[in-house]
Amino acid sequence: MDYNTLLQILDTAVRFATPLLFACLAGLYSERSGVFDIGLEGKMLIAAMCAGAVAALSGSAWLGLLAGIGGALVFALIHGVTSITFRGNQLISGVALNFLASGLTVLVAQRLFQQGGRTPPISGEARFNPITLPFAEEARQIPLIGPFYAEVISGHAILVYLAFASVALTWWALYRTRFGLRLRAVGENPAAVDTAGISVTRLRFTALLITGVLCGLAGAYMATALQAGFGKEMTAGRGYIALAALIFAKWRPIAAMWACLLFGFFQALALRPDVVEWMVRVKVPVPFLDALPYMLTVFVLAGFVGKAIPPRAGGEPYVKER
Amino acid sequence: MAADLVEGRPAAAAPFAIELKGISKAFGPVQANKDINFAVPKGTIHGIIGENGAGKSTLMSILYGFYKADAGQILINGQLTAIPDSQAAIRAGIGMVFQHFKLVQNFSVLENVVLGAEDGALLGPSLRKARAELQRLSREYELDVDPDALIEDLSVGHQQRVEILKALYRQADILILDEPTGVLTPAEADHLFRILHGLKAQGKTIILITHKLREIMEATDHVSVMRRGTMVATVKTAETGPEALAELMVGRKVLLEVEKPPARPGEVVLDLQDLRVKDEHGVERLKGVSLQIRAGEILGIAGVAGNGQSELLAALGGMMKATGTALLNGAPLPLSGRGADGQSRRHAGIAHVPEDRQHYGLILDFTAWENVAFGYADDPKYQANALFLSNEALRADTARKMETFDVRPPDPWLAAKNFSGGNQQKLVVAREFEQNPKLLLVGQPTRGVDIGAIEFIHNQLIALRDAGAAILLVSVELDEIMSLSDRIAVMFDGRIMGTRDPATTDERELGLMMAGMTAKGEAA
Amino acid sequence: MDRLPKWADIVLVPFLSLVLAAAVSAVVILAIGQDPWEALTVMVEGSLMSAYGWGYTLYYTTSFIFTGLAVTVAFHAGLFNIGGEGQAQMGGLGVALCCLFIPWPHWSLALLGAALGGAAFGAAWIAIPAWLQAKRGSHIVITTIMFNYIASSLLIYMLVDVLRPKGEQDPATARFPSVTNLPKLNELPGLDLLFTQEVRANVTLFIALAAAVAVWALLWRTRLGYAIRAFGKSQPAAKYAGIDATRITMIALLLSGALAGLMAVNNVMGEAEKLVGNSASGAGFIGIAVALMGRNHPIGVVLAALLFGFLFQGGAELGLWTKIPIEMRIVVQGLVILFTGALDMMVRMMLTRIFGLFRNPARAQGAA
Repeated sequence: MDYNTLLQILDTAVRFATPLLFACLAGLYSERSGVFDIGLEGKMLIAAMCAGAVAALSGSAWLGLLAGIGGALVFALIHGVTSITFRGNQLISGVALNFLASGLTVLVAQRLFQQGGRTPPISGEARFNPITLPFAEEARQIPLIGPFYAEVISGHAILVYLAFASVALTWWALYRTRFGLRLRAVGENPAAVDTAGISVTRLRFTALLITGVLCGLAGAYMATALQAGFGKEMTAGRGYIALAALIFAKWRPIAAMWACLLFGFFQALALRPDVVEWMVRVKVPVPFLDALPYMLTVFVLAGFVGKAIPPRAGGEPYVKER
Repeated sequence: MAADLVEGRPAAAAPFAIELKGISKAFGPVQANKDINFAVPKGTIHGIIGENGAGKSTLMSILYGFYKADAGQILINGQLTAIPDSQAAIRAGIGMVFQHFKLVQNFSVLENVVLGAEDGALLGPSLRKARAELQRLSREYELDVDPDALIEDLSVGHQQRVEILKALYRQADILILDEPTGVLTPAEADHLFRILHGLKAQGKTIILITHKLREIMEATDHVSVMRRGTMVATVKTAETGPEALAELMVGRKVLLEVEKPPARPGEVVLDLQDLRVKDEHGVERLKGVSLQIRAGEILGIAGVAGNGQSELLAALGGMMKATGTALLNGAPLPLSGRGADGQSRRHAGIAHVPEDRQHYGLILDFTAWENVAFGYADDPKYQANALFLSNEALRADTARKMETFDVRPPDPWLAAKNFSGGNQQKLVVAREFEQNPKLLLVGQPTRGVDIGAIEFIHNQLIALRDAGAAILLVSVELDEIMSLSDRIAVMFDGRIMGTRDPATTDERELGLMMAGMTAKGEAA
Repeated sequence: MDRLPKWADIVLVPFLSLVLAAAVSAVVILAIGQDPWEALTVMVEGSLMSAYGWGYTLYYTTSFIFTGLAVTVAFHAGLFNIGGEGQAQMGGLGVALCCLFIPWPHWSLALLGAALGGAAFGAAWIAIPAWLQAKRGSHIVITTIMFNYIASSLLIYMLVDVLRPKGEQDPATARFPSVTNLPKLNELPGLDLLFTQEVRANVTLFIALAAAVAVWALLWRTRLGYAIRAFGKSQPAAKYAGIDATRITMIALLLSGALAGLMAVNNVMGEAEKLVGNSASGAGFIGIAVALMGRNHPIGVVLAALLFGFLFQGGAELGLWTKIPIEMRIVVQGLVILFTGALDMMVRMMLTRIFGLFRNPARAQGAA
């Protein structure tokens, strides 16, 4: 394998990592607040459909993005009402919302476009197109770093850069702000937050809304940047991979970025079985590469690579005790 | 002065930090607080004493904004104050140290202190300010804790200090402590009282909720006594004594005298040597306990909660691993691994009335008859054939047990959660006592049980003893221990401090031993 | 809060949840510009008004009984097995291997063998998550989700690279030998009077019903079932009673996986007669809805499975005869899970309020 092939794979890995990263950070806010969210997949899917449909109809990727965020927010709010207001089972609520998204997206897309549950292909302004960073072409001359900058760093849609900026922002918010302190506290011991005079309900809803926005970004990226339009079940389990990455990263933002890049890298590799074969000198079945993130997550959950301890109050509705 | 307090009229010379007027609160049919009036002068330590369920915690929850009173007024520093939530209580200068700490385990001390009392959206300045403030507070009040230590690494006593620091950081002038010494060692408790006196000297007002008379006598200026939802008296501590307070608490002179013939101890049933138990954090909770119980006698274990009594029951009941040697009727009893589970214990003839019936003794969602099978589902008399249980036999047995033990209502189909506390306990007692065990483990047999049921359960215990069972009784109620036991062993810090004959010992001696001192007064 | 009478808890709560789910579904159908009444008519027509329609409905019902029971058994142990889909797919592999590589003399023996194979593969597929839950506390929900994806990758590999006959394009096994083909309901004496043409439902239906009875007997009539239910209600109490947590976790989950795996007898052996990709086609997930709707009781599960059989067949008819896409049934499924599972408390609060009005109008007015 030459350097150019490596760069190509890394470039693809960054693209694939982006929706994972948005969704993973989305899950981070929710789970850090003590609300389990296995509905990331559904929120991404509904966002992808909303974004794809509105972008196709309006011709504006930005309007599509807003619609995507709106769709995911609605789902996040339903999850909030079921699991915070009505103290329902958070896992079941997440499962239900995933099914709802899976069915509704097709119904709505079919109603709008009559193309078998997908949007027509979109292009131009309706998509987020690659941005070439300054000096990308000039930098190519510099050995090693230059092509890396031009191929891997430069040339992505704006949402890709936003995703990585979100990592830094999340880290900062989590560890350097009042909101972050309270968020981390409410996922560990809501009673401590409550007795300190802070509303657990409001804090958790706030976290879920952020989750909605980030899932909206993830879905919009899928439909209007990574691909040209919405297609049935297009998220294809990415919500669960994001969840896996979150566990892999032990609910920490910087680690989440590396986990998503790693899983994105696996997805990129799965497209290049020839490269994998060259690397390990035996033929590796593509499905094995597809399954790799899931297997790694089980490995992490098993506690063989350091224990993944979720936020202590996760999954438990908060009931004020006497 | 005392009369003023009872009437709740502020005397001009002593402005009140807190004044409650006519506070009432009902939960459904249960009147938890009835027309409570009392006042706490500024700069004093005020005790509130009462039995479990007397309404102390409800009252304090109203003060801290957890509950809204159905009627009544709260005056803080003479100002009528509404306390709809904790935030309002904090603003009014009230700080609360709960019995179960409200701390975030994986946060540092500093982060816990700052949580909810941040100065702005950014954390940095708040943390810096809090660090300086903590240093000042710890100098002033002997409240030294490392601000960067994680809560999960701190001892219980230190965690409590963090709770106090939290309140002080929020500039609380009124500090409420709910059963603060329940989990503390005597040394830690002494330290706590020194801190409280320091706070009082600085003009803070302190409310101390407890059911321990000794603490009230030692630490408070005034004391209010609660009984069944009402405030029955407020008196100056100096003008009263433990006996008078105890009488006020209970309402009548109850000496839990149990009619019992002298014990006729037989063979040694349980012989424990050097029993040691570690909890899940690896902390040794039993540090070499040796004891013997004979057939036909009750060995009572006295001690402050948390000194290893629960672990002793758990180890013998097959719920916790232990080391050491145990002989049951001369045969070795496995303390870990195979044969050390609750099932094997039951097969060996050990029955167990657990300390916490709702958490351990019953499945609350199961019916009464399903609960009768709990732990004994493999009893031959409950089997229809090799494959199936006989639910009919179970129901019949339950109906019979309910009659024998006077469980009300006598409905085998009723879910356990729908029985009152006393009847739940009778259900557990019926199940365990009727196994005719060689050894019976009993933890807090009458906690949260009404008077009538207490008497019944006590009589049943004596009857079982006289039928030849060896009984290990653990209770935090010293009265219960003294009136039921044939021998009393006192536990302190995971060890047996000594064994006494109830006929020749008294509460004072036992109290000293429970505090880790021998009768002569030297520390163990 | 007042408590609901027991019959209301058993009958009215699921009924009201269902009504709510149906109402929202109707709104969804209206929103995509279609007629809910027409939709209902088409669904009833296509699934319940002909023996042929019933054949499909019962075929789906059979699958859903298995997966619903799978969720139920785990649920009673306090565990949420969300991996029924993967276990059913692996069960399919087990069934396929049994049918393809063992020369069976008669379909009844093949049925027995394939059932064992399917159950064993289903159980095997949950064994690792179960062990991790029991021994290392890894959350069963997350691990079984992961195993769903691993299962589908593994099956793609098996079908594309291992079991696909030479020269075939589709990722599928060869057709099973005809001796393993199971009799359809119309081929059974007695039932052939009802089902006069070939239908999809096959003898597996009776295994499913037997499984429901067996699960009921296990849970409410045996010591093991008692231990499972006690463990599921309270783990600390189970420890007090000497119930072995590891053993119960393993047994309950293996049973759950085996039941999900058994489903493959119906769809792989009884219907497709070869193993294709994505064979479980969502039935594993529908098991969650079925168990919730059926209040985790085998009788409820059978009834809920029938309801979902109707929805599934009716949904397919919608896709054929109306402009409502077949995915409508996934929406309904999601709504049922949402209302019966996650919004249980809301439904109860609504009912309690209604009951309060009914019982004591004076007080209810005072409160309002």
